Amino acid sequence: METTSAATDKIRCDACPVMCYIKPGAAGACDRYANHDGKLVRVDPHVILERTVSQGGKLVPFSRSEDWDGKLVHEPSTFVTAIGAGTTYPDYKPAPFIVSSEVDGVDMVTVVTEGIFSYCGVKVKIDTDRYLGPETATVRAQGEAVGHVTTSEYGSQMLSLGGVHHLTGGSKKEGRVTCDTLMDLANCKAVELTIDGGASVVVQAGQPPIVNGVKEERMRVGCGSATIGMFAKQWHGKVDEVVVVDDHITGVLSEHQAGKLLDIADTGIKMKGRRSTPGRYFQVADPGTGWGGTNISDPLAILGPFDKKEAKPGLSMLMVSTTGEHSSYYVLDEALKPVETEMPADLKFSVERIQENCEPALCTVLFMAGAGGSLRAGVTDNPVRLTRSVKDALTRVTSGGAAVYVWPGGGITYMVDVTQMPAGAFGYVPTPALVAPIEFTMKLSDYAALGGHMDYVKPLSEVRGGDDVRPLPWQNPIPGPRA
Amino acid sequence: MTRLPQIALLSDGRRLHLQDGPIDLIVEARGPAHEVRAAYEAAAHRFTGLLDELCAELPELRAAAEDRTALKGVVARRMHAAVTPYADDCFITPMAAVAGSVADEILLAMLSAASLDRIYVNNGGDIALHLGRGEHFSVGLMDRPDSDGLMRAMRVDADDPVRGIATSGRHGRSFSLGIADAVTVLAATASQADAAATVIANAVDLPGHPAIVRRAANELQPDSDLGARLVTRDVGELSQEDIAAALESGAECARQLFDRGLIEGAVLRLCGDMLVIGPKDIEEQRPRPLVLENAVDA
Repeated sequence: METTSAATDKIRCDACPVMCYIKPGAAGACDRYANHDGKLVRVDPHVILERTVSQGGKLVPFSRSEDWDGKLVHEPSTFVTAIGAGTTYPDYKPAPFIVSSEVDGVDMVTVVTEGIFSYCGVKVKIDTDRYLGPETATVRAQGEAVGHVTTSEYGSQMLSLGGVHHLTGGSKKEGRVTCDTLMDLANCKAVELTIDGGASVVVQAGQPPIVNGVKEERMRVGCGSATIGMFAKQWHGKVDEVVVVDDHITGVLSEHQAGKLLDIADTGIKMKGRRSTPGRYFQVADPGTGWGGTNISDPLAILGPFDKKEAKPGLSMLMVSTTGEHSSYYVLDEALKPVETEMPADLKFSVERIQENCEPALCTVLFMAGAGGSLRAGVTDNPVRLTRSVKDALTRVTSGGAAVYVWPGGGITYMVDVTQMPAGAFGYVPTPALVAPIEFTMKLSDYAALGGHMDYVKPLSEVRGGDDVRPLPWQNPIPGPRA
Repeated sequence: MTRLPQIALLSDGRRLHLQDGPIDLIVEARGPAHEVRAAYEAAAHRFTGLLDELCAELPELRAAAEDRTALKGVVARRMHAAVTPYADDCFITPMAAVAGSVADEILLAMLSAASLDRIYVNNGGDIALHLGRGEHFSVGLMDRPDSDGLMRAMRVDADDPVRGIATSGRHGRSFSLGIADAVTVLAATASQADAAATVIANAVDLPGHPAIVRRAANELQPDSDLGARLVTRDVGELSQEDIAAALESGAECARQLFDRGLIEGAVLRLCGDMLVIGPKDIEEQRPRPLVLENAVDA
């Protein structure tokens, strides 16, 4: 796509003969191309379409006449599959009129709308072992409480932000800041959060976290003990001892089961912390942003003196963090003190191998909301039927065309990966509450059944009794995490 | 590379999708299979190059409409004809009817090539209909299904004069001078419905109200046909009286158009409140406490 810069900061789009002048931050007449920092970019809904096609979405070429044979299907053309066979394309603006056929009950109705959610929030997964703050600590944005630290997950720290309590239960400012924070996070913008008694972290969906000003590069390959297990064979014969420093479980090769199996000799090493099982130590240091999520910068701080009975001068030791980001190599001197020495090449290689096995650290943001009674009531006179219809997979729920995970149990509580949604999909109302796109796609006959007053109404029991309960289409490879 | 429109059947194998630049159509025809095929081929053929035709006269199409026109293209002239009834009373350009006029053109191309029971051509919510004898469409009117949501449906029969439906408002792709969330108009053709929906949506307004944020159209889109006219960007908190007054202002406009025979009906919506103009039955789909309900049949 070429652009010609015209007067001032406008750009002229040449995607079609309308040749719109587009100002920075604005879109052209089609709403598909926009000026993003002086560059012409393609925006939704094709983001969704292209994803669908790249994931093997179904294309049905319509081609016979010479005029437009083949070549004309030069763009992904299955956007309806992105949100199901909706009657209009997945616009997240209201599409109030929908022509639908009632014959055969096979046409689809897509209720494209923007839901207003006061019961909503985001779950943030931050790929880091660095200490962000104690569990249940308050998370703040601009000084206002917007959520809390929740239970950590594998290699990741979790935040739970928003929710009705912060949106509407606190001060007016708290509600406004919470709403802004949620909207920015949901729209994939960077937000700086501070955690009481912990770190400051910049979170942006799909980007590495920045903890206390330092960008996190990698997730750890495993806990310290797991790392010993994974790499023991590669270390065998190249070094006498390996300590994998980890705030969770620090691993020691010579004592670890993996080392025992390789007949690795005892080294007389003395670890600080609390021994769990052989070669596995808890709490070798306090949590922090140093080695392996601990607060240490000198790894020798977690060792006591070597046992004179077992240790020998010349004994070699590798200390490495669970991401391979930190590593040092030591040789014991005559006094059995570890002296840092240049690391041999094959050990450097093993450290690089650890790094290579660490996935890029990212922040992920899942928007979570419940479609309440009023929203459902807007769709049908008997809201619980919509819920049941969703649960029975007769009605598909999407958010901005993106697949969602609907929680089992009561209500329609769903989660969606915000990076799978069109740019700028979220808005807010001053309530404060978030405005998020939500689409219910269903067979017209099902819809009639839901509405209950249309002349072609079919009792829900009749629908449910038949073969109409279909698998959700995104059990086929449609992108986005299944949460 | 020559730019070509996107032409494909949707995955259901029944509906045709046509897209080129800002034009996005979903078409469905019903009738014998070979007739449907012929109609879709005619639609695809007519669609190819249609945007270029329009763009060739874009400066004139973006200028205020006058009684006489030098426009040549058949779609351009249809756009002009649709807006001319309003040109004496307000600023309007043929662009106000572009979506409906394109829908009408594709519908006509299909009808000239095949004999079909019924067809709709949906151009982003501006819809051209064909109904054979005894046929009808049921049209769902979907308001925002939030706390103020309403679901309504109506039936368009072959005997009705309605062959066009269009919606305009401040949430759409085009700018609005008014504050209506949506004004949906039924008219004899999609182009007429499109122009009327624009005019009525502009009339749903509260001039000078402090909660309404307006910006010059050309500040937002340098080549907007609205020039420096102020377009609605945001509507803050409105009282029930404000909402009623704004809707009534639009309703008065709609009643005049109805009396002049330019429209067959209209549904106006603002902040969850709704007004219905015209004889068309708009069935309410569900009982609800009518706190905000304010339906009036003119």
